[in-house]
Amino acid sequence: MNLFNQHILSFAIWLPILAGVIVLLLGSDQNANRTRWVALVGAVISFLVTIPLYTGFQLQIGTFQFEESASWIPAFNIYYHLGADGFSVPLILLTSFTTVLVVIAAWEVITKSIAQYMAAFLIMSGLMIGVFSALDAILYYVFWEAMLIPMFLVIGIWGGPNRVYATIKFFLYTLLGSLLMLVAFIYLYHQTGSFALTDYYALPISMSAQIWIFIAFFMAFAVKIPMWPVHTWLPDAHVEAPTGGSVVLAAIALKLGGYSFLRFAMPIAPDAAHYFANTMITLSLIAIVYIALVALVQKDMKKLIAYSSISHMGFVTLGFFMFSQLGLEGAVVQMISHGFISSAMFLCVGVLYDRMHSRQIADYGGVVNTMPIFAAFAVLFAMANSGLPGTSGFVGEFMVILAAVKFNFWVAFLAATTLIFGAAYTLWMTKRVFYGAIANTHVAELTDINAREFIILATLALLVIGFGVYPEPITALLQATSAEFLTHMQTTKIPIISSVPAASI
Amino acid sequence: MENFQYDILNVLPELTVLCMAMFILLVDLFIKPQNRFVIYGLAQFTLFAAAVFTFQTHTLGVSYAFSGMFVDDSLGDVLKLMTYLGSSIMLVYTRQYQKQRNMFRGEYYAMVLFSMLGMMIMISGQNMLTIYMGLELLSLCLYSLVAFDRDNPRASEAAMKYFVLGALASGMLLYGMSMIYGMTGSLNISEIAVEISNIGQHNPVLIMGLVFVVAGLAFKFGAVPFQMWVPDVYQGAPTSITLLIGSVPKFAAFAITIRLLAQGLYPLAADWQDMLLIMALLSIVIGNLSAIAQTNLKRMLAYSTISHIGFLLFGLMSANLNGFASSLFYISAYVLMTLAGFGMILLLSRKGFEADKLDDLKGLNQRSPWAAFMMLITMFSMAGIPPTIGFYAKFTVLQAAWQAGFTWAVVLAVLMAVVGAFYYLRIVKLMYFDAPTDLCPIHAPIDMQFVLSMNALALLLIGLLPQVLMNLCGLSIVTSLQ
Repeated sequence: MNLFNQHILSFAIWLPILAGVIVLLLGSDQNANRTRWVALVGAVISFLVTIPLYTGFQLQIGTFQFEESASWIPAFNIYYHLGADGFSVPLILLTSFTTVLVVIAAWEVITKSIAQYMAAFLIMSGLMIGVFSALDAILYYVFWEAMLIPMFLVIGIWGGPNRVYATIKFFLYTLLGSLLMLVAFIYLYHQTGSFALTDYYALPISMSAQIWIFIAFFMAFAVKIPMWPVHTWLPDAHVEAPTGGSVVLAAIALKLGGYSFLRFAMPIAPDAAHYFANTMITLSLIAIVYIALVALVQKDMKKLIAYSSISHMGFVTLGFFMFSQLGLEGAVVQMISHGFISSAMFLCVGVLYDRMHSRQIADYGGVVNTMPIFAAFAVLFAMANSGLPGTSGFVGEFMVILAAVKFNFWVAFLAATTLIFGAAYTLWMTKRVFYGAIANTHVAELTDINAREFIILATLALLVIGFGVYPEPITALLQATSAEFLTHMQTTKIPIISSVPAASI
Repeated sequence: MENFQYDILNVLPELTVLCMAMFILLVDLFIKPQNRFVIYGLAQFTLFAAAVFTFQTHTLGVSYAFSGMFVDDSLGDVLKLMTYLGSSIMLVYTRQYQKQRNMFRGEYYAMVLFSMLGMMIMISGQNMLTIYMGLELLSLCLYSLVAFDRDNPRASEAAMKYFVLGALASGMLLYGMSMIYGMTGSLNISEIAVEISNIGQHNPVLIMGLVFVVAGLAFKFGAVPFQMWVPDVYQGAPTSITLLIGSVPKFAAFAITIRLLAQGLYPLAADWQDMLLIMALLSIVIGNLSAIAQTNLKRMLAYSTISHIGFLLFGLMSANLNGFASSLFYISAYVLMTLAGFGMILLLSRKGFEADKLDDLKGLNQRSPWAAFMMLITMFSMAGIPPTIGFYAKFTVLQAAWQAGFTWAVVLAVLMAVVGAFYYLRIVKLMYFDAPTDLCPIHAPIDMQFVLSMNALALLLIGLLPQVLMNLCGLSIVTSLQ
């Protein structure tokens, strides 16, 4: 037990990976049920081991907790160094929880290479938790890149008709950004002689270097979030990915980018972050407004939700770069809430797709008549997606908008338009798909959700409403960490030029 | 007499290989064709014995034999051990392929051992003549091995190309050496370094000599603009021979580059750094871009080799111990990856079927998930994606080049790595996303399957724990070059 308490993060990372390997070894398409159960048990255990991160978290501490450190590659001073703070703990829990959902959601749906599918998600879960808890740049980079491999395979093997294009685009886009980040790490390594994140936080860096570092990080993280104009891989990847892939992409993979801004780009180059703040806010607003308009005209449900994700992630970056505690916490809450809501939306589309094999809005109409229970859930999630008060979607957006009002009225004004556009595209889609007369015979033959689907959607509905009414469990985690973060961000890292007389040089 | 004993002791591994190669030639005359496996066993035993001798005579210090013609240092020992290991793996992979194509003959094993002797002499050459002798022994064996399948016109063509261009390159190397000899009055590597420091760096004849030496070395590596032979020879030669050419001789090429540039011509580093920089960038760009257009797997791997050599040169051009150590790590990773990559082609090939088209990999995941997974690791490793060894290889050379001040070159190399990732991903796509066209079951000897699995898993395991290999590389460079 002592071993466990000292290495909670290691368990959280390696248990799902181990479970994935076991599934690969034991599972096969002939023994489909055994494979599924092994995967489910693995996912549930992996989720359970992350719970102590929440219960054991000390709210008043703003720095890293649950730290583990061991020498990994002494030749380059690289450590296996893990730790979690208020930003990472909720995201780690979100990751392990979503993995359980994905495994259940795939239960009867995936019939081809089940073991590989389940293993890919379990391994991915471990790697993403690794990204959220690594405090060594190379360790972080290894997790960050390794995660691409299972995702590449998931989209490519189980995806839709245009999957090869989508998955290769996804991989290369992300790789390009990541490699530039690696160059930034190499630069920082030669400045400090280590890859420890805390050394990077303390390192004074000149303004011009900070700007380059920030750009390199921006390339990596903006692609992942994704921010306009490097978002184009996301709709492709989402549309072609299987339901589970879309859920993991939207719920967690996008958060890797947001989280990394908080963990790397901003604290390592705080002056550059202030320097680029207006640019970042502008890009966020473009994402919020323009992408929302793009979502409005989509004919494919998954594509619509994908664009809606980009628009909602605009709030996250907006919240980061106003440098106020309210905005920052709102942004993190928005990340968590979007994790639940977008998972739910994609799962709803998955439910329809499994029955009709179409994602086109035009193929549906009047689904409420044949699937009343499902429609109730879907409408709830649609409301949450458009930011209805009382759902978790409202909390984060409202916090960010409040912070924006203090920051600049027009920023707040533009950000607030999302409440209109968001409602417009989500509810319009809901109307066309669920309401009205039964559109065609296929819809007439639909059967309502089964117990498995009900459990998934009900759990998510509880969470969405629960955090909407009482967001305290998340915000409490954030307070100390975000205060610490803002203090760090307010101190300049530009070295004071030493007063050496020019003559002596 | 004592001196002679000392000399002999230093070349014990070389003598072992020489004697055994001749013994194998003799035994082959008296053995029945169905008992040829004895020859195979003898060849493997030779590698093992040489490894034991090399390991036994290993010291941390540097010792010279035959009046300074021959050096025995940690770098040489490490490279030799790696060469034995690589050759041994290669022999395992190629046994079935040779049998199926009626090339399972004693001469093959003798020739492989002679070529390995050449590599060993190159690795330990401390005199330009020794180096040249080793190089020619290696090259002549390789030329004839390429043409080993006599009735295959493509192989004969490849052998001819290889021979003509190779002879030209050897000529250039020799010409460069002669100029350096003319200026310094010595063929000994250490003496040359001292002499050049006395003469000064700006001697035009020395620079000319350096240009020819670098050109000769670049040819042996297959760096742009001396890469013309690589794709044709890789594609034309029987896969078993391609595997040989593409893997272990790179250790020897690395060794003579270290001996000539990093030891002998080190005072001219500022000049050869620029040359290597241009070749490195060109190799990475041309190698990666050309690889995209290929439909033949062997040819694609040839272009991929060219780009890997470009990355290797990144470490060498840093011209410091950190850079040389990172290059050594890169070349070790490269050889492991190449063995796994070509090993997979050999695994999939059968009598009358070469499995060297990209399309032959289609749907491999459905035919054999394990083989597909091994190839997956190899491809991601070649692309430099963590957690595989390929990532650390790229990482170490890039950080060395960054440290040496080649900032923009590093950024360009990184961008080209993205291009490179594309064609490796295409292989994964073929294996995992496409339906199989070829449904023949895969038959391979159990030892080959085992070794190939270990080889591919090593790419992953060393990727997770790269420390041991990194230390080995760093230590051998530091103790040998200081």
